Amino acid sequence: MTGNSRIWHLVAILAIFSTPLVIMYVFQVIESVARPDAGSLWPGKLDLSNWRFLWERIDPGRPTIWEVTFNTFLFATATAVGVTGLSTTAGYALSRLNMPGRPYFLGGLIILHAFPTITLIIAIFIILQFMGLFDSLLGIILVKAALELPFGVWIMKGFYDTVPWEIEMAGVQDGASRFRVWWELVLPQVKPGLAALLIISFLSGWSEFVLPLVLAPGSSTQVLATYMNAVIQDDTTADFGLFKAIGMFYSIPVIVVYLLFQKQLMNIYGGGTKG
Amino acid sequence: MELRLDNFTKSFGDVTVIKDMDLTVNSGEMMALLGPSGCGKSTTLFAICGIHKMSGGTLHFGDNDVTSVPAQQRSVGVVFQNYALYPHMTVEQNIGFPLKVQKIAKAEIKKEVARLAELVQIGELLDRRPAQLSGGQQQRVALARAMIRKPEVLLLDEPLANLDAKLRLEMRSEIRRIQRETGITAILVTHDQVEAMSMCDRIALMKDGKIVQLDTPEQMYANPQSQFVAGFLGNPPISFLDAEAGDALTLGGNQTLARPVGLDANGGMVLGIRPEHFGPQHGSGLEGEIIFVEPQGREELVDVRLEGGGNMRAILPTGEPFKIGQRVNWGVATDRILAFAPDGQRL
Repeated sequence: MTGNSRIWHLVAILAIFSTPLVIMYVFQVIESVARPDAGSLWPGKLDLSNWRFLWERIDPGRPTIWEVTFNTFLFATATAVGVTGLSTTAGYALSRLNMPGRPYFLGGLIILHAFPTITLIIAIFIILQFMGLFDSLLGIILVKAALELPFGVWIMKGFYDTVPWEIEMAGVQDGASRFRVWWELVLPQVKPGLAALLIISFLSGWSEFVLPLVLAPGSSTQVLATYMNAVIQDDTTADFGLFKAIGMFYSIPVIVVYLLFQKQLMNIYGGGTKG
Repeated sequence: MELRLDNFTKSFGDVTVIKDMDLTVNSGEMMALLGPSGCGKSTTLFAICGIHKMSGGTLHFGDNDVTSVPAQQRSVGVVFQNYALYPHMTVEQNIGFPLKVQKIAKAEIKKEVARLAELVQIGELLDRRPAQLSGGQQQRVALARAMIRKPEVLLLDEPLANLDAKLRLEMRSEIRRIQRETGITAILVTHDQVEAMSMCDRIALMKDGKIVQLDTPEQMYANPQSQFVAGFLGNPPISFLDAEAGDALTLGGNQTLARPVGLDANGGMVLGIRPEHFGPQHGSGLEGEIIFVEPQGREELVDVRLEGGGNMRAILPTGEPFKIGQRVNWGVATDRILAFAPDGQRL
């Protein structure tokens, strides 16, 4: 079939370009559980000692991996819940309520979304210091959620825009209050958006590095990204095997989330509910 | 329940869409709000159900002033053009939703849903979701949901616009049957004159935010008060001819028609002649040439260009071998001629 052969070309091109990526992933996995012979690329024998961080402190001054993982999980989850919750209500308001200054608000969202937030880090540092939230998980959760909000609000507004007005009118006519209409009739229509936003902001929180590094540098608030950073930086003898194993450990949840929720994640680019 | 709008005014920002409109719908009557798009008929509907706030005037259901009653508490059921079914709910949940909002016991809701499903004949579809239903079935679900609260008024917003031709015919008589059986006061918003004429007791024909004529379908067809009304009703549409009235009605090219009885005016005017009132069965008198023949099965439409200008349309039984280019001399049912002043008012 001609169609098939055309696809084969594409597959071949894609395969060539993604080979380096695949090779890197393969070595990431292999080298986390094997010790290469000196001077050789090829792994010699199986060696699980790289994964020792799972059951012992790699260094007495550091928190255990489980404390750090818990921190990361808490940070990502709280951020995701906060962003999704606020975006869900704000997106509805922007999509449906006739409030003063709405166009400016929408424009502002876009600008904020495009704004390189890292330039704000000094100001944020001062604010957190002032509020007494510096070097606390709550502080970086608030900052991360605030920075993610423009994206979330925009996405949710888009999903609400696809819900027909008549559904709300019908709900009101059926005797339901505006709040109940939103909760019981509109929200179920934007569920795909909610799911996607929840996952995306969780992953974004999970991989956040700069905010915890600058705003929560203490060891009690360390997250996996800063923990890895510390592992590779502090040691006089850099242990790449250990670093790779922690990296594997760090990325497993991301891979699992992607595998489980691929369909929901695609939704956000597909533009909402189908009719 | 009688419904009465007094001095109803609606403006959006600086634009006044409807000004000082009065409308009374009798109890148990089905009234059509008919008009071209943008004439304010949907605005009127949304004001009656409470989705739009009225800018001025009052609305009464019977003796109750409901002008400022919120939509939730008005005893009104609405069927929307796209049905607005809740996609995540089954048919049963959709129909039962208005009762669930009122916190009525589950068993009671189930009983009521079954009763309504029976009325609109969708008893076997209760477990389906809206996406699994055909257009006509969705329409029936929407009707049942609108009626389950036993509203005093039923509002239908272009309910047939999204159906294909065959279903439209079926639902037309279905909606009328349900309205008759329940004796509910209903308002049908439509831009389709056939729907309005075939389904409703009375028609309010609207133009530019005003009701230009309110009458029974028969009266409105036979006795339009303006050229706009005459042109809006009737399919195929009426033909208009410019004429000069003296001893007779003189058309372009010096063709004449006898004055209809009861026409007093003289001078320039516009004549409206419906297609069924022009043709060989009415004798002769107007000469012209056939410019178009449109077979429709039972009948055919024949367009005739008259000597001296002006087009006429006739609707004739199929069978006669009319050809484009053929010259004809056909007559007009003189007593059925509608005459309008140049400003469009009926003479």
